[in-house]
Amino acid sequence: MARMMYREAVLSTIAEEMERDENVVVLGEDVVGGNGTAGGPEAIGGIWSTSTGLYGKFGADRVIDTPISESAIMGAAAGLALTGKRPVAELMFADFIGVSLDQIWNQLAKFRYMFGGKTKCPAVIRMAWGAGYNAAAQHSQAVHHILTGMPGLKVVMPSTPADVKGLLRTAIRDDDPVIFLEHKALYGVKGEVPDDKDFMIPFGHARLTRAGNDVTIVSTGLLLGFCEAVADKLAAEGIGCDVIDPRTTSPLDEEAILDSVEVTGRLVVVDETNPRCSLAGDICALVAEKAFASLKAPPLSVTPPHTPVPFARELETAYLPSIPKIEAAVRKVLSYR
Amino acid sequence: MQLSREALLRAYRQMKLIREFEERLHVDIQTGEIAGFTHLYCGQEAVAVGVCEHLSTDDKIVSTHRGHGHCLAKGCDVDGMMAEIWGSRDGLCKGKGGSMHIADVDKGMLGANGIVGAGAPIAVGAGIAAKIDGKGHVAITFSGDGACNQGTTFEAMNMAVVTKAACIFVFENNHYSEHTGFEYAVGTQKDIASRAEAFGMKIWRGDGTDFFSVFETMREVLDYVRVPGNGPAAVEFDTERFFGHFEGDPQRYRGPGELDRIRETRDCIKKFRASVTSAGLLTDADIDAVDADVMDAIENAVAKAKAAPRPKPEDVLEDVYISY
Ligand SMILES: Cc1ncc(C[n+]2csc(CCOP(=O)(O)OP(=O)(O)O)c2C)c(N)n1
Ligand SMILES: [Mg+2]
Repeated sequence: MARMMYREAVLSTIAEEMERDENVVVLGEDVVGGNGTAGGPEAIGGIWSTSTGLYGKFGADRVIDTPISESAIMGAAAGLALTGKRPVAELMFADFIGVSLDQIWNQLAKFRYMFGGKTKCPAVIRMAWGAGYNAAAQHSQAVHHILTGMPGLKVVMPSTPADVKGLLRTAIRDDDPVIFLEHKALYGVKGEVPDDKDFMIPFGHARLTRAGNDVTIVSTGLLLGFCEAVADKLAAEGIGCDVIDPRTTSPLDEEAILDSVEVTGRLVVVDETNPRCSLAGDICALVAEKAFASLKAPPLSVTPPHTPVPFARELETAYLPSIPKIEAAVRKVLSYR
Repeated sequence: MQLSREALLRAYRQMKLIREFEERLHVDIQTGEIAGFTHLYCGQEAVAVGVCEHLSTDDKIVSTHRGHGHCLAKGCDVDGMMAEIWGSRDGLCKGKGGSMHIADVDKGMLGANGIVGAGAPIAVGAGIAAKIDGKGHVAITFSGDGACNQGTTFEAMNMAVVTKAACIFVFENNHYSEHTGFEYAVGTQKDIASRAEAFGMKIWRGDGTDFFSVFETMREVLDYVRVPGNGPAAVEFDTERFFGHFEGDPQRYRGPGELDRIRETRDCIKKFRASVTSAGLLTDADIDAVDADVMDAIENAVAKAKAAPRPKPEDVLEDVYISY
């Protein structure tokens, strides 16, 4: 085991996979950082420090610094993937799917099915997502509900350094397009990570981060930590919460959620996307359809409101689900009947 | 053409206002009191002011993530801008937008923008509207050397040409997009304007560190685009950014002494002062008086921003047409 930050887990996994397979290539804006300047390549490196040193090790053919051209980056990832490479493309902020969505949605995602199963498309699209930095409406969004709704994409959302390691390795070795969502607020979080260079976590397997028999809480990203804090607080009062991190939203580990709700009879889903057509709504519907008989209370979701992400500190705090809001929701499902 | 004393004083005041606004933010951001990402416009003032001094409120501009200079030059209220950046309720966008999203549509300022390359198509729309209205108004989009690589910018250039939109593409080449040099990222090396020319536009070039170069170039550009039927034009200004890409950028991509050198030899404000005083158009005393006035305005704006009411949690749900 090694102790490392979430961002270090991203970088070291990419480096290990590039070492292992010469078809793995990295592309994105400023992933080299400093090209065409007096400081030279790697003067700075990517803004998230998730590509530092790759250029020096693997060279310009495999670590491709791109102009600000998200559509072409995503399209190039598609073309690389169709022609035998394993691109790991970086979209600096998840919000920029807006600029590049056609290449992700109508191209990458559809090849395998639309071409009659005759092709692989092993592309990984990494992107930094989430609020908490007062980066305002166009640099703070949660987009996993949009991408999860697109057939053909696998959507991965690691919450710990170990999950980054295991899931990113699986993503790079996977033959289908994978969206890999890195929460900005987690980049600095440290954790134990297995040393095994083949350590992989299969997609579609949730992680139970707290165990209890009274309420099931499902969450991911920054908010998962909030849910764990609530579970710990309630545990001291003798209330037990199952806290489930789905880890991948497509495929979704339905069984883990349904099994838990069959025991607890109560569900709270906490998510950072806006409430309509959301992950929270999706999981509540899943439970209503498939575990209705087990329910002791209506499923509840805690999400931001149906607004863009506001800038000011007070507003962003009010926008995001908080520990008190999550606790109130859990107490509400507990006190139902 | 010789500018009047009033016009010279006004242009200088606008540039100095932007400079001190940004210099003050650079200091205040380090206290941690200001939230979010901030991209300062210091060094490029001659472009914003040399362009906007020709415009009325009926002319529109669309800005970028580095938008404070464009906003101030287009007449956005200094207090309202400072308050917005401080995230207060009195801000131009009530604290909802912040530095990257300042807008004042009544002043013809259609918004700063957090999405690189997003502004150009919006300016095409405004330029088509101006063409339809037929009153000689124009829409201007500011883009960086980084933004000129976006597909949206290419699409906008072609569409402006085929629709004969009354639209001007102002490219501010400050040689960097984030940490990458434009000679790496722009395939036509050392040149953005020639791209615009290839799309079928008449082009101009000017020195973006010299107010008079920008101002005189823009006079020609505007004389051309304001003529009904002429369609769009593009202009590239070579300029410098004095701070990092964003506040907190360690700037290791700069050469040794680069910042000192550009502050010494490429400062539009120093150049303006030297040129008008040596020509006897304004005196040092005239300029010192403007400087003092600007410092007061900035001090005042900061004091107001700090004292302004903070947004309330329920304000999140204001200005929506439905809530869930
Ligand atoms: C669509 C999109 N891609 C990337 C970014 C991140 N980003 C913000 S500013 C910037 C560089 C822009 O360079 P340039 O257009 O030259 O403007 P300058 O910063 O020099 O003013 C980048 C890559 C963004 N905000 N939007
Ligand atoms: Mg630039």
